[in-house]
This record gives sequence, C-alpha cells and structure tokens, in this order.
Amino acid sequence: MRKTLKISALSAALLAGVASASMAEDKVVNVYNWSDYIDESILEDFTKETGIKVVYDVFDSNEILETKMLAGGSGYDVVVPTADFLQRQIQAGAFEKLDKSKLPNISNMWDKILERTAQFGDVNDYGIDYMWGTTGIGYNVDKVAEILGPDVKPDWNVVFDPEMIAKFKDCGVHFLDAPTEIVPAALNYLGLDPNSTDKADLEKAAELLKSIRPSIRKFHSSEYINALANGDICLAVGWSGDVLQARDRAAEADAGVKVDYSIPAGGALMWFDMMAIPKDAPHKEEAYAFLNYIMKPEVIAKASNYVFYANGNKASQEFIDKEVLDDPAIYPPPATMEKLYVHLPLDPKTQRILTREWTSIVTGQ
Amino acid sequence: MTKLSNALFNRLVIAIPYIWLIIFFMVPFFIVLRISFSQTAIAMPPYLPVFSLSDGWQGFWDNIGQLSFDNYIWLTEDALYINAYISSLTIAFISTCLTLLIGYPIAYGMARAPTSIRPTLLMLVILPFWTSFLIRVYAWIAILKPEGFLNQFLQAIGIIDDPLIILNTNIAVYIGIVYSYLPFMVLPLYSTLEKMDESLIEAAGDLGCPPLKAFWTITFPLSLPGVIAGFLLVFIPTVGEFVIPDLLGGSSTLMIGKTLWTEFNANRDWPVSAAVAIILLLVLVIPIAIFQNAQAKAAQQ
Repeated sequence: MRKTLKISALSAALLAGVASASMAEDKVVNVYNWSDYIDESILEDFTKETGIKVVYDVFDSNEILETKMLAGGSGYDVVVPTADFLQRQIQAGAFEKLDKSKLPNISNMWDKILERTAQFGDVNDYGIDYMWGTTGIGYNVDKVAEILGPDVKPDWNVVFDPEMIAKFKDCGVHFLDAPTEIVPAALNYLGLDPNSTDKADLEKAAELLKSIRPSIRKFHSSEYINALANGDICLAVGWSGDVLQARDRAAEADAGVKVDYSIPAGGALMWFDMMAIPKDAPHKEEAYAFLNYIMKPEVIAKASNYVFYANGNKASQEFIDKEVLDDPAIYPPPATMEKLYVHLPLDPKTQRILTREWTSIVTGQ
Repeated sequence: MTKLSNALFNRLVIAIPYIWLIIFFMVPFFIVLRISFSQTAIAMPPYLPVFSLSDGWQGFWDNIGQLSFDNYIWLTEDALYINAYISSLTIAFISTCLTLLIGYPIAYGMARAPTSIRPTLLMLVILPFWTSFLIRVYAWIAILKPEGFLNQFLQAIGIIDDPLIILNTNIAVYIGIVYSYLPFMVLPLYSTLEKMDESLIEAAGDLGCPPLKAFWTITFPLSLPGVIAGFLLVFIPTVGEFVIPDLLGGSSTLMIGKTLWTEFNANRDWPVSAAVAIILLLVLVIPIAIFQNAQAKAAQQ
C-alpha cells in the first residue's frame, strides 16, 4: 500500500514536472559561457525574477565557440567570445546588432572599458563586456623569491632577458601557445607598437623569442594551470584568470606551493569577454532580458565576487568585495591601467605569416 | 512467401553496414574533400564558394568553376607540412614496433596460460578502458614529471641522483602511445595465437627442432594475420594522434595532428586544414589498399 502510494506520488510529481516544462517552453534562454565563469545562483535569481528558464552550457576555448558560430545554427541565444574573436565573427555576419533601447542597464557600464573595447571596430554595437583581464606572469612565490629576492613581482625582463630566464630554466617556464598573446608582449618589451604588423618589427620579436626559446620548457595554453598549482614550474606567461585559478588550487591543496600573478609594470595585454547575441538566436527577447539582467550592478558584482575577475560595470564596484576590488592582480591601480594595451585581430595573410613564424620559434622547423 | 521475405531480410542486413559507411564515412569525406577545394573567407561558413539549392544549375556550375587545387599546391610550397607528415609517420612506426615488441609476449603468455585463467587475463587487458583515456594520459604526467612517482622511486632506491627529464620529450610520447594502444595490439594477437594448433609445436619438438627455431618457423608465421591486424590498429590512429603528444610531448614534437589544429584554429583556414586531412587519409589508405590487394592475390594463389 505504501509502495503504491509512493509510486503514484512519484508519477504525479513527474507529470507536474512535464507540465511545468511544457508551460515554460516558450520562455527559455540558451546561454553558452566559459566554464567556471558565473555564480550559478545568478541564473536561479534570473528565472525567479523573469520566469525565463536558463539552459546553461559551457565551453573552454574561443576556438570551439568560433567553430560553432561560423558553422551557424548553434541554437544559442547568448554567447561570450573574447573581443578580438567577436570582431572577426561580426565581420563574418554571425551576430545581431544590439537594440540598446532594450538594454536600459547599459548606462551602468564603465567608460574606461568601453573606450578600449571601442578599438575593436564596432564590437560595442554587438556586445557588452562581461569580464576582462590581462595576459601577464604567473609565478611560484617562494622560488621567485629565492632567485630574484623577496617581494619582487616579475616584470617582462624576467622572461624576455635571455640571461634572466635562464636562471629559471631548471625550475620550469611555460608560455601560452598563442602567437597573438606572446608576440605583442615581446614587441611591447622591445619598445615597439604591440599591434605592429611591420615585417622588420615582427622579425625583431621573433629573434627575441628564439633567443629565450632554450629556457622555455613548453608552449601550451592550459597545462600551466596545474603545473603552477602543483609546483612543477616557476613561471608561466598566461591569462590572469587561469593563474588566479592556479593560486586558489594551490591554496586549497595546502602542499606548500604559493602562486601569484603579476601584471608586469611594463604594460600588458588586456582581454575582454563580451556577451553577444547570435544572428540566428531562437529566443532573442529572452536574450535581451538576460543581458540587461547581467548588467544590474548587484548581479555582475556577485559574479565578480565569485569568479575573481574584474567586470566592465562601473556601478557594480560598490557591491564588489574588498578583497577582489583591492587586489592589484584583478583591478590594477590606475597607473598600471594606463599601461595596458589591446591587441587587434590581424588580417588572414598577416595572421598566417605570424603563425608560421611562431611554428618555427616553437618547433625549430 | 517466407522465402521471399527471407531474401529481403538478408539484403536488408547486408545493406545496414553499407548505409552506415555511406552516412558516417562517405558523406563526411566528401564534405571535407569539397571544403579542401574552396578558398578561405571571413564569412559563415568561413569558405567560398557555398553550394545552395536556390542557386539553380547555373549557380552550381559557377561554383564548381571556383573550386581549385590551390590548397594542395600550398602544402607543397612549405616544407613544414611534409616534415610534419614524415615526423608523424616515424613516431607512429617506432611506437607501433615498440607496442608489438611488448604486446607479443603478453599475447603469447595469455594464449599459453591455463584455460581457466584466460578470461581473467583477457579482462585485465580490457580493464584500463573502464577509465577515461584522457584521465590515464593525465596520470602519466604525474608519473613522469621531474618530481613524479617514477623519479621519486628511482631516487629512493638510489639508481639515479638527479631526476630524469622524461615528460615533454618524445620518450614520453612513445610511453603514452604504447601504453594507450597496447590492448589494440594484444587482442588480435591473442585471438590468432589462441586458435593455433599446439600439436604443430609438439611435432616440431619430436622431430628435434629447438624451441626458438620452432617459434620462428611455425608460431610466428602462423600469427602473422594477428600481427598485421594489430599493427594497423595501432599505426593508423597513432599517425593522427593529437592528445598524447599535446599532453606528454614537448613543444618541438611536430605532428600532423597539431599542424592541422594550427591551420584550423590559429589561421582559421578550413580549406587548408581540410586539404591536410585529405592528404593524411590518402597517405594511410593507399598503402593499406595496395597491401590488402596483394594479400587477396596471395590468398587466391
């Protein structure tokens, strides 16, 4: 008797579930974001406030997102490419121009970030900045203190001066396997324009990279997170968010490894992850509602407090935890801010030359 | 009536593998082939021309006219691609030979083991598949790294003083490939060795043939079908292997999988990467087809 009761209760619950799912069918937004990039309670709050169900899916590289966008028909309503990728995908015709009248919260955005994203052509017409960060140097605090002295935050000379980096060779150095991240840094270190496509400039950068190549253990764009956290390497030129993740993992493991991130004083590349709506999005109205909700100061502050990234929303800063807002690795002080630069996408031909040069630097072929 | 339906059923059963191959092999192959004749473009999809039903016949012929062999010519102009193919084939050949060297004694031992424990041994060979391939490759990072288990062990028993640098070298790639593909070598070898008639060896022994000679003149030639099957099962996927060299190898390990990745994701050139993939397929399929043909002829004779 009890058993039958249970079963009927269960089937009733199932029926209710089916009913509510079909009722909410027309109120759905399909979001495709980077992995570990949001406080999931934000999604629940959004559903509570608007009645729109969020179907949340994640990716872990811009390349995967780009392939889906360019192939078309992805079925996503909100996606989060990095600004240089977004600019190219806009040129390919993959995105919807935003109707700003549907996004009243856009007035909360931070002018300092908008100025910089405006350099990527018309991306501000198509996307809103979700989070931003830098490409700098992640390091093992104790090992760096041993070699460079205590409390030294590594600057670019530590990785680009052949004699300096040689001191870290045995300890382990990783670089991102991404020419569009490393070559601008090398150009900047040489005092050249990080966006230069001049052949002579690129050759100088390649020469510099070849001179330090023997001291670099590996070029890879994700392995350094674990390698830093486990204490297998001492230095990594990598993305701020990944290094901060390594910092957290090392702290959690509590095995005596301390990782920190340095935005080099000489200036660093700044990247922006932008929320945008694909042209073929099936639920555009819901996508606008989601974008507008994300731009609420308390909401985006909650996301920043959770993921430890800076966001592009000025009004949110009063809601951000002190440990995030005052961390110079996340919100750099104004003087450092001034020295940050952006890297614009290259035309296919220059990109090909750069990639080929990179292969020859990395493999010696 | 039943005869007729039986015949129909038989044909249907035969048709299933063909339909499968057409949908999941031929159609994707022709899509890739057709992209390899296109030109890259900043568009959706990122190449030109795009065939569409609405173009009609005239549009179709115009589009055909735009297809070209340019991407294949491009591949011959830079030694990088040829070097990547050669390097992939070399790495695949060496690691397949190593797998055979290790796999053969294992399969032989299994086939000669008491019948009662053979299922257990077979199970042990298959068991690693129960854990994700990716996790097992990651585990090798923990074993091979300078402060890893292997170096700790060797230092503890006093064989070495300084840690061996194995991770991020080609040696690590060979270890990873041999480890991951060993079951694909052992299983076909085991199945041929197990079926072998042991009385042949006994007869050779009775006639005064030493065991080693008996192995090379009887056992090994009879196991050749298994050797060939195992060799192909390991060699073919290894040539295009991407994950193992990416995780265990160094940055200077040049393989065609990585070259293809770079063309696709860094240069965003779908047509050139499609051409790289087509050439890889030809490099693998043509020798195998010739080999199969020769075998079929030998069997007929």
